[in-house]
Amino acid sequence: MTPLPGLGTQQDFITASGHRVGVITYRDGRLELIVSAGEDPDKVAASVGLTGEETSALANLLGAPQLVSQLTKQQREVTGITTWQLPVAAGSPYDGRSLGETEMRTRTSVSIVAVVRGGTAHPSPGPDFEFAGGDLVVVVGTADGLRAAGEVLDKG
Amino acid sequence: MHTTAISLIQLGGVFFGLGVLGRLAWRIGISPIPLYLIGGLAFGQGGMLPLEGIEPFTTIASEIGVILLLLLLGLEYSASELVTGLRRSWVAGLVDIVLNATPGAVVALLLGWGPVAATAMAGVTYISSSGIIAKVLGDLGRLGNRETPVILSLLVFEDLAMAVYLPILTALLAGVSFLGGLTAVGISLVVVTLVLVIALRFGKYVSALIDSPDAEVFLLRLLGAALLVAGIASQLQVSAAVGAFLLGIAISGSTATNATRILEPLRDLFAAIFFVVFGLNTDPSAIPPVLLFALMLAVATTLTKAATGWFAARMQGLRPMGQARAAAALVARGEFSIVIAGLAVSSPAVTGELSALTTTYVLLMAIIGPVAARTVEPVARLFVHRRARRVRRGGHDGRDHDDATKSLSHT
Repeated sequence: MTPLPGLGTQQDFITASGHRVGVITYRDGRLELIVSAGEDPDKVAASVGLTGEETSALANLLGAPQLVSQLTKQQREVTGITTWQLPVAAGSPYDGRSLGETEMRTRTSVSIVAVVRGGTAHPSPGPDFEFAGGDLVVVVGTADGLRAAGEVLDKG
Repeated sequence: MHTTAISLIQLGGVFFGLGVLGRLAWRIGISPIPLYLIGGLAFGQGGMLPLEGIEPFTTIASEIGVILLLLLLGLEYSASELVTGLRRSWVAGLVDIVLNATPGAVVALLLGWGPVAATAMAGVTYISSSGIIAKVLGDLGRLGNRETPVILSLLVFEDLAMAVYLPILTALLAGVSFLGGLTAVGISLVVVTLVLVIALRFGKYVSALIDSPDAEVFLLRLLGAALLVAGIASQLQVSAAVGAFLLGIAISGSTATNATRILEPLRDLFAAIFFVVFGLNTDPSAIPPVLLFALMLAVATTLTKAATGWFAARMQGLRPMGQARAAAALVARGEFSIVIAGLAVSSPAVTGELSALTTTYVLLMAIIGPVAARTVEPVARLFVHRRARRVRRGGHDGRDHDDATKSLSHT
């Protein structure tokens, strides 16, 4: 973590492709995503200010596939079982309702193993876990079950 | 009644004119400070239009401008940032002092202005304009660049140096002996250390004393505390500006952030008056005799400041382009050079020509700085490019060659 006196702090790392990727956290809480130019990692090619919502959306996009691929790796031996990530869109029938109300297990026989929100995975959510728009639900089940689960989350 | 009307019209005209100038300045990509100075030069002493009847107001307002400039400077950095800044950049900071204070002092001595004026001019050429630099870095989208922390910690060091320097200058201007000067150094070092310790340990109590959820109460307490501390400091011969600066350091956390937000417009207003008043009190006819010296100083200190930035960036392991950007970014001088000169010429021990030299110098540096920061990349790329070709033709240094192909493939 590098202090930016008077502004905030900056955290970054160099990717294998030679880009510097990082986040500036301003004192007032604003976040800025920075990506460096390829030929000069010292120089920022793009800096994008992110609101709280946008930050968690980005974190979900990056975090959930990671979790899914990990789970997929672990379940490779069990044939016929797959892990998917399904979005709870804002305005979905379950946006703001609890996990129990989806009756997911009974209706589609898939299991919800985690919910990723704001880049953080909430593992093994209980029946009273409340969904919010933008959540990514990580589900495990058969291909048919997963398709059905996607419809449940979409249409109710 | 009639005189009040005239004063209002004059003040209104000045503010409105400054507004027009400020807009023009940022549009062409330079700081408004030089234009404010020119605005001040155009009026008043030896200028086209004498402003009369508003001096009592502008005098105290420009004093408040200095206090607010320093208070916000103190607010900008938390005590822990100051300490880490000091730890990270003290070597570069010392190089900075040696390289950039010397030209000013030498020129003042060459002009035969005496040691006190030389001390003042040393400060004028030493201190970078953190206002201009922060604005330019933000505008150019360089806040995420790797040279930016290097630049900022150097600015932090300069500001701490100011906290020690200003009381010394104040003591010298008051005409104390060499021993008295040494005492002033000792006292100011002790006070600065004390305030840093208080701010680190008990910052939240100081903040609690000032803080209020009500914006109006907060503003009044803040401004009241700043003027009180500045006034008392001035009475104790420690310089009002330093009092305000130290108060700013002691206020921390969210209180500091809110204070900055609330005070920024006030600072911009009063600081603008300060620059105009400084211009007003500078006799334009005193400029031509010192013009050559101002130009020499501008060239010399552009190079010395660039060398400082280059050195600091190199020490942090930045690449050539980053080194070049750091070098150019630090060049700008502005508000604090004027603060120092304003302090100096208020004393009879210092010649009034100093304000003419400083005005001209800051006029140049406040324009050269942002222009250098903007144009450094293409210029430096050309340079790296040429070196790359030379290395490619005859060289066998693997690392350089790598750099060369990279920069070639990009251009």
